[in-house]
Amino acid sequence: MELQTTIYLVVGASFALYIGIALWARAGTTSDFYAAGGQVGPVMNGMAIGADWMSAASFISMAGLISNMGYGGGLFLMGWTGGYVLLAMLLAPYLRKFGKFTVPQFIGDRFYSKAASTVAVICLLVASLTYIIGQMTGVGVAFSRFLGVTSETGIYVGMGIVFVYAVFGGMKGITYTQVAQYCVLISAYIIPAIFISIQLTGNPVPQLGLGSNIVGQDVSLLHKLDLVVSDLGFANYTTSDAGGMLNMFVYTMSLMIGTAGLPHVIMRFFTVPTVAAARSSAGWALIFIGLLYTTAPAVAAMAKTNLLRTITPGVVMGNADPYAADSQLV
Amino acid sequence: MEDSGKAYWSATLGLLTKILIVWFLVSFGAGILFAPALNSIHLGGYPLGFWFAQQGAMYIFIALIFYYRKKMGEIDRQFDVHEE
Repeated sequence: MELQTTIYLVVGASFALYIGIALWARAGTTSDFYAAGGQVGPVMNGMAIGADWMSAASFISMAGLISNMGYGGGLFLMGWTGGYVLLAMLLAPYLRKFGKFTVPQFIGDRFYSKAASTVAVICLLVASLTYIIGQMTGVGVAFSRFLGVTSETGIYVGMGIVFVYAVFGGMKGITYTQVAQYCVLISAYIIPAIFISIQLTGNPVPQLGLGSNIVGQDVSLLHKLDLVVSDLGFANYTTSDAGGMLNMFVYTMSLMIGTAGLPHVIMRFFTVPTVAAARSSAGWALIFIGLLYTTAPAVAAMAKTNLLRTITPGVVMGNADPYAADSQLV
Repeated sequence: MEDSGKAYWSATLGLLTKILIVWFLVSFGAGILFAPALNSIHLGGYPLGFWFAQQGAMYIFIALIFYYRKKMGEIDRQFDVHEE
């Protein structure tokens, strides 16, 4: 089968699945629509948060960023996961305890003020719009590659599909759709990572592969990568932090606080039945997110090794002098 | 009731403080501030500071949330504010 046909089939089937789920789990009541009737279990909610949270940035770009930044790329990993600790302890259980559908409602009731809830609505719109601009750009890129259209058309197609399942299913439909999405997303990420890891290090677990020796050599992957990039005149992969320590510190902090405050993630904690379930959903969410986030640095370092091995075979394979007569850039 | 409410809150804050200290130490501490020092120690092929920044901090975050859930459940039961 042609590659393009296979792509259409696989992607088409996953869209059919999402829309099918939305129709099957149609929302019947207001509570269904906004909070899935408050009946989503913590594991499933965790998975839905995972799919909700890991979107264009995590799936498409993060490994590339880390690959480029080396050690400094860890600020995305720590920042985007560390926020869940804050969320799980400081926000989620209390919002759930309050028993409303949205954060502006909470703020309005808590401070006995319509003005405060209006401010919260404006903040929510600004945060969501900013966020959605990034996401939709990613959707446009993905669809334009897949359908062979311009990225603008890609955005319309993507939005159309999301619109259909969001309007039919509300939060209830979206929850089940996202569980399905998580499964698709994590397989698409992990399976190639496993094979890359086996090829480079012989270890099928990418998280362990990153700390292993290169196949057939008595040198660890990361150490080798350090040697190669420093041979080529760049900073060591395992220590380079573009911008310095202070920059990394505040960058990580801002990502953590931002993560804890994202409206579409906070929303999800209204969908669980109890406060205890809100606490465990955050834990499950981080397990499901962590699965991808701990794989990403392995993909990053291995892709970089592979790239350098391809363009400068002598350096990586034999650690020869890259400027020697027989080494070449292909 | 007033006193029990206060005690419940201070037990909660005590737990939060403990967890946030660990949270800070593994990410900002081991992953960033002390990473250059820790890098001289190796964990398999990983320099330790690099491992904390790109792997370890995340594993510990997960453990922290589940620890919080367990301890908070105990505090809830102790002060009789659990739901079921």
